[in-house]
Amino acid sequence: MLKSGFSRSNMPFCQLERRNLRNGLLFISPWLLGFLAFSLYPLISAFLYSFTDYSVLASPVYVGADNYQTLVRDDLFWKSLFNTLSFAAISVPLNLAIACFLALLLNFNVAGKSIFRTVFFLPSLVPMVCLGVIWRWLLNGEVGLVNQFIQPFVDTVNLLLGSEIVTPSWLEDPSFTKLGLIIASVWCLGHAMIIFLAGMQETPTQLYEAAEIDGAGFWGKLWHVTIPAISPYLFFNLVMGLIGSFQIFAVPYVLMNGGVEPMDGPDRSLLFVATYIFQNAFNNWDMGYACAISLIFILVVAGLTLSVMKIAESKVYYAGGQDE
Amino acid sequence: MNNHKLSLLGKTIVYALLFLVGLSFVAPFAWMLSTAVKPLDETMKLPPVWIPSEFLWSNFQEAIDTMGMFWRYAWNTFYISILSVIGATFSSALAAYGFSRIEWKGRNQLFFLCVATMMIPFPVIMVPVYTLFRELGWVGSFKPLWVPFFLGNAFSIFLLRQFFLSIPKDITEAARIDGCSEFRIFWQVILPMSRSSLLVVALFTFMYSWNDFLGPLIYLTEQKNFTLALGLQSYQSRQGGTEWHYLMAASTLVILPLVILFFFTQKTFIQGITTTGGKE
Repeated sequence: MLKSGFSRSNMPFCQLERRNLRNGLLFISPWLLGFLAFSLYPLISAFLYSFTDYSVLASPVYVGADNYQTLVRDDLFWKSLFNTLSFAAISVPLNLAIACFLALLLNFNVAGKSIFRTVFFLPSLVPMVCLGVIWRWLLNGEVGLVNQFIQPFVDTVNLLLGSEIVTPSWLEDPSFTKLGLIIASVWCLGHAMIIFLAGMQETPTQLYEAAEIDGAGFWGKLWHVTIPAISPYLFFNLVMGLIGSFQIFAVPYVLMNGGVEPMDGPDRSLLFVATYIFQNAFNNWDMGYACAISLIFILVVAGLTLSVMKIAESKVYYAGGQDE
Repeated sequence: MNNHKLSLLGKTIVYALLFLVGLSFVAPFAWMLSTAVKPLDETMKLPPVWIPSEFLWSNFQEAIDTMGMFWRYAWNTFYISILSVIGATFSSALAAYGFSRIEWKGRNQLFFLCVATMMIPFPVIMVPVYTLFRELGWVGSFKPLWVPFFLGNAFSIFLLRQFFLSIPKDITEAARIDGCSEFRIFWQVILPMSRSSLLVVALFTFMYSWNDFLGPLIYLTEQKNFTLALGLQSYQSRQGGTEWHYLMAASTLVILPLVILFFFTQKTFIQGITTTGGKE
């Protein structure tokens, strides 16, 4: 038992340090291996493949910057990028605003709070394929529930203005497909709402009391206390929302794929970058080109996410310093 | 605004809004369930029929039968999800321990790298990862869907690290002075204290695997290997999306296990979400 009596604090400093380094690396080694295999290696090989013509069945052939030259002139690529970014630009802020609003409502001590919370949260449990199937049904142009719901409003407007507006064919009309997708995405804001609610409940009540003494009303407190207090949560939701919307693939795929429609929607209005990568890689088996798209896209994503983080970070208020 | 006293008018507005939004959040579920037990001709009726003239519970059996190998899909999904859960929980706990309870040079930099990987969209690395698995001869098997979870998962590591950091240092110092190995401290001191966080990781991983679509879509080639998500999609595209009562019945069956799981673990689940969103 001599050895175990040898307490670590008596160990020479550098020996302890070396031992900790070895142990630390041992503990994280599964992740380190995963990082090498599923993050670093894919990024490097995507870069290398992007300079090749590669169909998986034959070995890659070096073609120089051909893929990138094609890419620059490829209207479909630009369309997919535009679709992805515009979807993110609308759905993310909209989801955050509604999630925050619902959290605010729940944060008044309402009766049945936990029931409402569950109701708002449940849709975010729905698997994406089910989401696609359900919303295909809800957005059906003829008998869909969404159109049933807005029909009375459309009728009223028509009656008042003498116009002849009809309810949209959400999934066939290219100018409405993205809106339909956005509605479906709003249904799944439960995660963000729960996080906002947690932020609001953590806000010290003294802050509200102090604001009240200063004569702040409801809006004053909302603007000067609640919003700054939940800004770290807002920041987190924003970044997660962006990352999620950049990957959008399954829901539009299922929404469009009843076996009849093309998978990228009427007039390719639901052609997202992930969809386009998938089409090139697994329908055309053009892995080289798919990798070129991937690389350009990750640069765009990284640039956007980092600049949003930079801008947001300067506005985030951390109570008691940034680190807890 | 916990302590805010609402006027009667304010209260009315808040409740009215809650009910209105609540209704619109419930409506899609209600419509799905109502469609699922309807006869086919009532699915297309205008104005919509909310309560079917007769409840056709047999629609569920019909959906299961026409979907193909429903029980096989369910088993496949379960198998992949369980293996993913075991892998993600164990390997992420190990990594989170290394990132929180031991101090070593470069730890924070590597942890930063770990968090940064969460930002890589899967579609971007999908092609090289696919070719990697193809070279290993794993395409068509379940392995590409669960093996990666045994090599740590950034999100779970992040979550567990948060929790491990909150455990006071003294608890492990005592064990260290007694000469316990790091692994024993991890296994016998830290893990038993972290049951609820481990459960959160297990739940999230289970949900993720159950829901995953793009992974199964590119790796699973034979119908007998399909997961429920893939099976549902292929069912929809095969029948051209016209028999809505069966489609809704099938969707209900795919969602149901998740909802049941949620109701049994609600508290842990909600707590898990709030930890991930905490200030960091």
